[in-house]
Amino acid sequence: MKAEYAPDYIGTVTKYVFVESPHMTPGELVLRAYEISEGVLIKETCFGLQVTGTSEAVDRLISEIRTFDPNHIFVKDRGFPPGDPRRCRANLGGARPGYLGHEREFRLLHYITHGLEALERGKGVPEMVPAREKKPRLDIQRLQELIDEES
Amino acid sequence: MAKVFIYPATSLILSDLVARFGHKPLGAALGIRERIQTAGIDSPPLQITPEEPKRGLKYAAVEVPSGVRGRMAIYGPLIEEAEAAVIVTDADLAFGCMGCARTDELILFSLRQSDIPILELNYPANEEEGVQFVAAIKKFLAGLPNGDEA
Repeated sequence: MKAEYAPDYIGTVTKYVFVESPHMTPGELVLRAYEISEGVLIKETCFGLQVTGTSEAVDRLISEIRTFDPNHIFVKDRGFPPGDPRRCRANLGGARPGYLGHEREFRLLHYITHGLEALERGKGVPEMVPAREKKPRLDIQRLQELIDEES
Repeated sequence: MAKVFIYPATSLILSDLVARFGHKPLGAALGIRERIQTAGIDSPPLQITPEEPKRGLKYAAVEVPSGVRGRMAIYGPLIEEAEAAVIVTDADLAFGCMGCARTDELILFSLRQSDIPILELNYPANEEEGVQFVAAIKKFLAGLPNGDEA
């Protein structure tokens, strides 16, 4: 017989808040977020925090949080609530599924911050360069030459 | 506010920029959340039940593997709902098993077949490209219905 599934946190929204800032650590961000949380569940993480609550309450909190450091705080939706045993690394061991994707994009955030700041300052947009071409592969003749040189 | 499908559907950068510029990002989290919060048969980890591959038949033929159809049951309705799409074409983080890889191909194909406006670009690799990346997304989103004209 198949087990019944009774979900938690029905009707809530969970969002990740990432902070990549020279002015604010995740610890500081979470303290300031707690001050204005008003019924929203907040969980501190190594990269920022997760907020869970009704859609309106989370949107209000997010818009407040963004004002702390607008160009260094990034937000995205999350499907699972915080601490869900199917996703929480406390139960699984190793990185949480999805973390590695965040880590990959996290490294690009300072370029995005730079872009946001440049547009804010009204700086002109540099001309679009054509899409980066893939590095040409080693030519077979060149490879043969290299082999001949070494032998 | 327009509904904008993002690819990779789990992208933090795209999700943030679309929301930041006043639109609603449609990503994987919305589809997953809907399933996680719906009571029914316990089907961990993502609550993808045997019903999903049947729903996926709307987006992929019956001979397509059930893994792709199951995934399309999540992404298909979001693509139908989307009024625009932003695609990062060189997203090396969007990889996975064969089911994920084929679903990604089908998502891109479905988006390009639809008549919605699409912006395709690469991830920035330096600060200059960062400015271009953000400016291109801002301009694209401003041109959508209810966007602020840049």
